[in-house]
Amino acid sequence: MSTPLTSLDRPNSYIGRSVPRPNAKRLLAGRGRYVSDLKLPRMLHAAFLRSPHAHAKIVAIHADEARALEGVHLVATGTDLAGICAPWTGTLDHFKGMTSAPQLPLPLDRVVWAGQAVVAVVAESRAIAEDALELIEVDYADLPVVVDIDSAREVGGPLINPGSAHNTCFRSQLDSGSVDDAFAHAAHVVEEEFSFGRHTAVTLEPRAIVADYDPAAGMLTVHHGTQTPYQFQDLYSRHYGIPEARVRVIASDIGGSFGMKLHVYHEDMAVVGLSILLGRPVKYVADRMESFVSDIHARDHRVRARMALDAKGEILAMDVEDLTAIGAFSTYPRTSVVEGNQVIRLIGAPYRFKNYRATLEVIFQNKVQTSQYRAVGHPIACAVTERLVDMAASKIGLDPFAIRGQNVIPDDAYPQTSPTGYRFEALSHQACLKRLHEIMDYDGLRAEQAALRKRGVYRGIGIATFVEITNPSPAFYGVGGARISSQDGAILSLTPSGEVRCLISVTEQGQGTEAIISQIVADQLGIAQERVKVITGDTEVTPHGGATWACRGAGIGGETALQATRALKRNILEIAALILQEQPSALDIVDGEVVDAVTRKPRLPIAEIARIAYFRSDTLPPGTQAQLTVSHHFAPQGYPFAFTNGIQGCALEVDVETGLVKLLRHFIVEDCGRVINPMLVDEQLRGGIVQGLGAALFEECRYSDTGQLMNGSLADYLVPMPMEMPDIVIAHVETPTADTVLGAKGVGEAGTAAASACVLNAVNDALAPFDATINSIPITPAKVLKALKRF
Amino acid sequence: MKARAFSYFRATTIDQALDAHARAGDDARFIAGGQSLVPALSLRLQAPRLLIDITHIDELRGVRREGGHLRIGALTRHCEMLSEPLIAEFAPLLAAAAPFVAHPAIRNRGTFGGSVALADPASEFPAMTLALDAEIEIAGPSGRRRIKADDFFIDLFETALQPGELITAIHIPLFKADQRFAFDELARRRGDYALVGCGIMATLTGRRIDDVRISFFSVGNTPTRVKGAEATLIGSGLDAERIAAAQGALEGDLAPPESDEVPPAMRLHLARVLLGRLLGRLGEDA
Repeated sequence: MSTPLTSLDRPNSYIGRSVPRPNAKRLLAGRGRYVSDLKLPRMLHAAFLRSPHAHAKIVAIHADEARALEGVHLVATGTDLAGICAPWTGTLDHFKGMTSAPQLPLPLDRVVWAGQAVVAVVAESRAIAEDALELIEVDYADLPVVVDIDSAREVGGPLINPGSAHNTCFRSQLDSGSVDDAFAHAAHVVEEEFSFGRHTAVTLEPRAIVADYDPAAGMLTVHHGTQTPYQFQDLYSRHYGIPEARVRVIASDIGGSFGMKLHVYHEDMAVVGLSILLGRPVKYVADRMESFVSDIHARDHRVRARMALDAKGEILAMDVEDLTAIGAFSTYPRTSVVEGNQVIRLIGAPYRFKNYRATLEVIFQNKVQTSQYRAVGHPIACAVTERLVDMAASKIGLDPFAIRGQNVIPDDAYPQTSPTGYRFEALSHQACLKRLHEIMDYDGLRAEQAALRKRGVYRGIGIATFVEITNPSPAFYGVGGARISSQDGAILSLTPSGEVRCLISVTEQGQGTEAIISQIVADQLGIAQERVKVITGDTEVTPHGGATWACRGAGIGGETALQATRALKRNILEIAALILQEQPSALDIVDGEVVDAVTRKPRLPIAEIARIAYFRSDTLPPGTQAQLTVSHHFAPQGYPFAFTNGIQGCALEVDVETGLVKLLRHFIVEDCGRVINPMLVDEQLRGGIVQGLGAALFEECRYSDTGQLMNGSLADYLVPMPMEMPDIVIAHVETPTADTVLGAKGVGEAGTAAASACVLNAVNDALAPFDATINSIPITPAKVLKALKRF
Repeated sequence: MKARAFSYFRATTIDQALDAHARAGDDARFIAGGQSLVPALSLRLQAPRLLIDITHIDELRGVRREGGHLRIGALTRHCEMLSEPLIAEFAPLLAAAAPFVAHPAIRNRGTFGGSVALADPASEFPAMTLALDAEIEIAGPSGRRRIKADDFFIDLFETALQPGELITAIHIPLFKADQRFAFDELARRRGDYALVGCGIMATLTGRRIDDVRISFFSVGNTPTRVKGAEATLIGSGLDAERIAAAQGALEGDLAPPESDEVPPAMRLHLARVLLGRLLGRLGEDA
């Protein structure tokens, strides 16, 4: 890289080294502390009766038999909880004109999706609670069901929210340059309508919560399997009227999250209320069937898009309409329109054309809510853009690499602003394209493809460039009025033995946050990583911060840790200088020893400094107050987002008789700025790619005409499994951001962003000899065989 | 997802098991591997008063030759289909099907008798009993009996088993030197229920087919023998024309149900493709 070397680049730096996660062994040994496993004294268990109807009026609830069952402590309906919980509305101010109906933990008089929780039972055990559910009868009166996008938009059709004139939640429009003019003068225009199925996160551990309200102390403690404990501390405080300092949210180990566990769920909010009503701990763990009908879903977009190009293949303009259906409510507090918003803003992002128009319409329907899930909007924007680029290449007779090479923003042309207003500090599309071409052995793959095609074997090769949004500033949520922090905080202490405790607001979901924070602290202070203990996920002990979302842990949390550590190091060296009668600037710390900054000669172990400061402060010069604990906050400044980029490639084989697709090999070249731990970055990429491949070929929440989820079990909802996953080859380009000392950007969503687009392009490439194209994700055997007119 | 409360009884003889069932007024289920029953209990799709554990009944265990048959005890686990030498030698079609049955954890517990008794139309083994011309050995309140697999599968999850009856073993005619077999299935993921699956047992003289039994699964309410396709093959060699004729006959043999994911016409197409591939393989072996 052309960037000058810094202390972070020195050969023995922890930054850039693949060290194992300190918590991995604990989790592997079965020593994890998951909310699902938690047992508290006097703890009760909640279960929920769910609506069998997608849209119906609640006429009456008969629960006397359930209340009378031995072991049942409480049967609660919407009315019971409405009395103590303030309603919430999933809108944000910066999405002008968006609407959504107020929500309560349990509905008062109407259900709006099949699977919505209606009645809560709290009992001595989950089994007893489920016995009681069988004794409850609810009289419903059916209402007209709105399931698909088209019927939701019909004028005069059924309405989901009484009192509103239509089923539209939000509309947005972007228009820059002169789109009509560009299309009018284009040599080539390609156009396609795409559809993207609903899918969902399917975490290994479902949602889990134990709410524990102590009426004597007026204190609410919530053990919550979430990635954003501070956000929930704020929400529980405000919606249940408990002072913030008396709400503690503890997010211990968590079995997967992927964005799904940062939204308010009706059951979770209800469980807090149930604990307040009972004055006892109440536990709820969603079972797998409940997860499918109550966890947020994602995607569900229909996009019509066209692209104009000149005779040589230069992209001139894009024109896009995105229609997306989000369920009956917009989620709280992050809304359900962020995905659509990111779709229309990320389309075309790698390329340098200037004429762009997009409209977004977000629609209500009688299904469970959709909202942010790993790589929000990216896979859709990427698939639409990259498929159109491939269609154009084939029309003009260009190779997919050539057309991209010609159109990407050149690596030396930054900073740049996209036609949708995103500001790019520095991206590396050209370097990534070049590297991908090498690691794929692209020419070799093409030759093999041609040879096999003669024998009736149909291989496809696909590539997809992408841009990812990471390190979000308050521009993401804060400006819209959401109490969601984009800053992070850390408290660092030198212990009396010379070790370091780091309490930090970013959280750990198995992605290795605690590992990279300990690497940064160890590196910046100059001690062994084993001597750093990182503590996360407890609002009572760690400072307020954003925690984990939108790929911010390394970039923002990491910089917070870096700056906090530098402050602690200054304080340690000040005391060392007093003891050694030196200037602090003449000293440094290496491997736990204060050393001479020039000669690197050891002078004093930092454990000795800690001993003196904590136990023999009488030996320090009068007036000295050693500050061996520092607190530090860091909020991103400069660019509103740190954009990353990369490119993926894949090779696959389509069985044109059965429609089955076999993934052969997947490739990614990714630029997340400074890589802190290559092993963890690679595993993030692999995990993300696998989720993207699941979306490409397998995952879809399929609904009946009456709004029933048809495949809500792991037998029917197909998640990607090892036998179907290809080897994934990874390479990196590093373009650190200059907005921070660390220079790290996010990486958690890059894999998911482009994997499905890659597969879409590769399947279409495989089908090129036939008059068959695929424009819909997931790519099922039925779609492939239909396209091939085999049945 | 918790089962309703039930009583549990561990039987050590067949008579004990049958007796317990009768005493529960038939509000009871036999449990062996539990790979289908336990999820059904957890989902409260079934809620019997009594579960009778039959896994400690020695008589239901073991694989042995009995004259011209192989007797496979009902408790034989799916994983044993892969490891038992007698099965590899005398019922190789079962060994060929076994790797496609779900996943290792399920194969370690699920039993052959349980799979046949449940008669899931998407399962591999029930369909293979048809291809193998197996006999199902049954014990019940009115004594012991044997029934041909051809007469066993009646409708969706409905078999010739009467209330209180228990499969004790499955008898398979021994595999012979002039026989060939083939098995495969089309599934989106390895271990899933197949989009369509098929097993074939053929008896040949040279390249001429003297007898053939072809059984499909995941094509309807029951495992299904395709007798029309079988008839087109008997007496001839496996050339392209014959294979095409057998594929053509499937339209009369199969009537796949409506499904939102795999429409009937698609399933029929996949059955034709699979049959063509399997017969092609048999032809290469012959």
